[in-house]
Amino acid sequence: MPNKAAGRIERKFAELRARGEAALIPFIVAGDPNLEATRALVLELAARGADLIELGVPFSDPMADGPANQRALARGLASGASLAAILAMVGEVRRQSQIPIVLFGYYNPILHYGCERLCADAARAGVDGLLAVDLPPEEAAELARPARAHGLDIIYLLAPTTPLERVRTIARAGRGFLYYVAVTGVTGARASLAAGLETRVRALRAVTELPIGVGFGISTPEQAGEVAGYADAVVVGSALSLIIEREGAAQRLPAAVGELVGAMKHAMRAARATAGG
Amino acid sequence: MQSLPDKRGRFGQFGGRYVAETLMPALAELEREYRAARRDPAFRAELERYSREYVGRPTPLYFAANLTARLGGAKIYIKREDLCHTGAHKVNNTLGQALLAVRMGKVRITAETGAGQHGVATATMAALLRRECEVFMGSVDVERQSLNVFRMKLLGAKVTAVDAGSRSLKDALNEALRDWIGTVANTYYLIGTAAGPHPYPMIVRDFQSVIGRETRRQILKHERRLPDALVACVNGGSNAIGLFYPFIRDKDVRMYGVEAGGLGLNGAAHAATLSAGSVGVLHGNRTYLLQDELGQIRETHSIAAGLDYPGVGPELAWLKDTDRAEYTAVTDAEALEGLRLLSECEGIIPALESAHAVAYAARLAPTMAKDRVMIVNLSGRGDKDMQTVARALGVTL
Repeated sequence: MPNKAAGRIERKFAELRARGEAALIPFIVAGDPNLEATRALVLELAARGADLIELGVPFSDPMADGPANQRALARGLASGASLAAILAMVGEVRRQSQIPIVLFGYYNPILHYGCERLCADAARAGVDGLLAVDLPPEEAAELARPARAHGLDIIYLLAPTTPLERVRTIARAGRGFLYYVAVTGVTGARASLAAGLETRVRALRAVTELPIGVGFGISTPEQAGEVAGYADAVVVGSALSLIIEREGAAQRLPAAVGELVGAMKHAMRAARATAGG
Repeated sequence: MQSLPDKRGRFGQFGGRYVAETLMPALAELEREYRAARRDPAFRAELERYSREYVGRPTPLYFAANLTARLGGAKIYIKREDLCHTGAHKVNNTLGQALLAVRMGKVRITAETGAGQHGVATATMAALLRRECEVFMGSVDVERQSLNVFRMKLLGAKVTAVDAGSRSLKDALNEALRDWIGTVANTYYLIGTAAGPHPYPMIVRDFQSVIGRETRRQILKHERRLPDALVACVNGGSNAIGLFYPFIRDKDVRMYGVEAGGLGLNGAAHAATLSAGSVGVLHGNRTYLLQDELGQIRETHSIAAGLDYPGVGPELAWLKDTDRAEYTAVTDAEALEGLRLLSECEGIIPALESAHAVAYAARLAPTMAKDRVMIVNLSGRGDKDMQTVARALGVTL
């Protein structure tokens, strides 16, 4: 059963590749503003063209996040979005949607929950992958082993500072896709994309078969469209955290977030169509 | 005995390198450069020259005759790190790492600080070695340590108040790491304690262990034998590991680490990580942490702003699990008593952090025979704490 679920990420990328599309991956913090809103948001985003969802797991000390996501994670923490509660919410989503879901957070809450127990529970709830920002492959054995056993993909980060030789090592350890951090910096919207991003992504493509997602600093449909021209996936996070912050628990929250995600997906499809697939 | 940390930066299960990928290559570079520097006679000579002529080393090992008589037990010696330039042991580490920053061609040095002692020690070295300097400090600490903020600014550093989280030391560390993630090409991040991702715990220990090396030499000269007990306050643990490390193989030398018991270990208002914490991962290393049942980091309390961190260096954690060191806690009230005791007996006003070690020494010494020898690490002087102490004693200055 878990092994079948684990295929969701791989199957999604295969399906998109066949259609000549890049994946759009919205990141939202679980429990911001509350878990019921997160459940509704996931369904809305799936309906608006999201291909995979990254659910941020709240942590008291998010060392790699900029102000927008720091505040979002603090709101999630305050609303009581523990790992157990997040898994229960994912279980509910699974009754209505098969969109691949990756839990995105920091290592300590996972370690505290227990690596083996978390992988078993997450797989049962319908989670497809795990990404811990502060868990490079060198330290990941105790999570990677049970993850593999339960059919969960461990997603690793690549950075602008990562030498190509190290990219190869990380790519061998990674499953599902690789997440390229587009900027030398923390999460948060940037006015423009990093210089040389396309060249860098193409260089990464030359050393791995895994799909490459690009995130950090992408906040507009124009930027998403541009990155979709050369990457397999585009991640948008802080821009959504800011909309959630503005709308709070308002009725129109899902529509407001869905609007930006819909516009991004549209721009990505258009960019691929212009490029001839 | 195997030399630690191992190749993976581990002290047993503790330590490691749990950071965002952006920093992994920088940490590998730092480790390479540090190992090369350590072997380089020119680097060592420069470190030694500044230690002697600028910091004022070696610091004295002083026999506290009055305190010894008052407590009526073991002979008490005091290692006078409070006499270092800038008033605390912190400068041993900032000197070494700042020289490393120069060697690596980094034009900018950053640091986190709680009480401001490490910030001042970093700003001092940045001024001396003409580097740009930015110090991150929780906004609560900026307010309660305004004197040290002023000192850092006089030394030419930029002090950035951190408004995130609990707005104290751990948040300053988060912000320093965030800054480094964005500036890693030109910036040297100078961590202030024996924690953080590998190789920092090793680097900080090595630069601080000058304390223990001198102490060993000095006590052998005074007493012609090794001490029976070493006492140091512990939070991140840099002064403790600095004293302990050169004695680790001397199995008859007992090592006592004294944590901040705050208002008592029964409640949550303390910073006694080793006495009351559990194992987790924070700020790049696996170690003991004060955390809740979900792995969220707890806020801490101590009357000593320099003992207000919810983690501890991985080597100190390893010394706990191997039973090589014993850890205990001293409350705010006991630390204040320790401060008064040393001031009255010896004419030495200790920092509130170091007063924790003094307070425990006062508990331990009477239980030891008079021919026993105890060494207390006086990691810093108390001038910076006079406002806090006056307030705690109900005195208006």
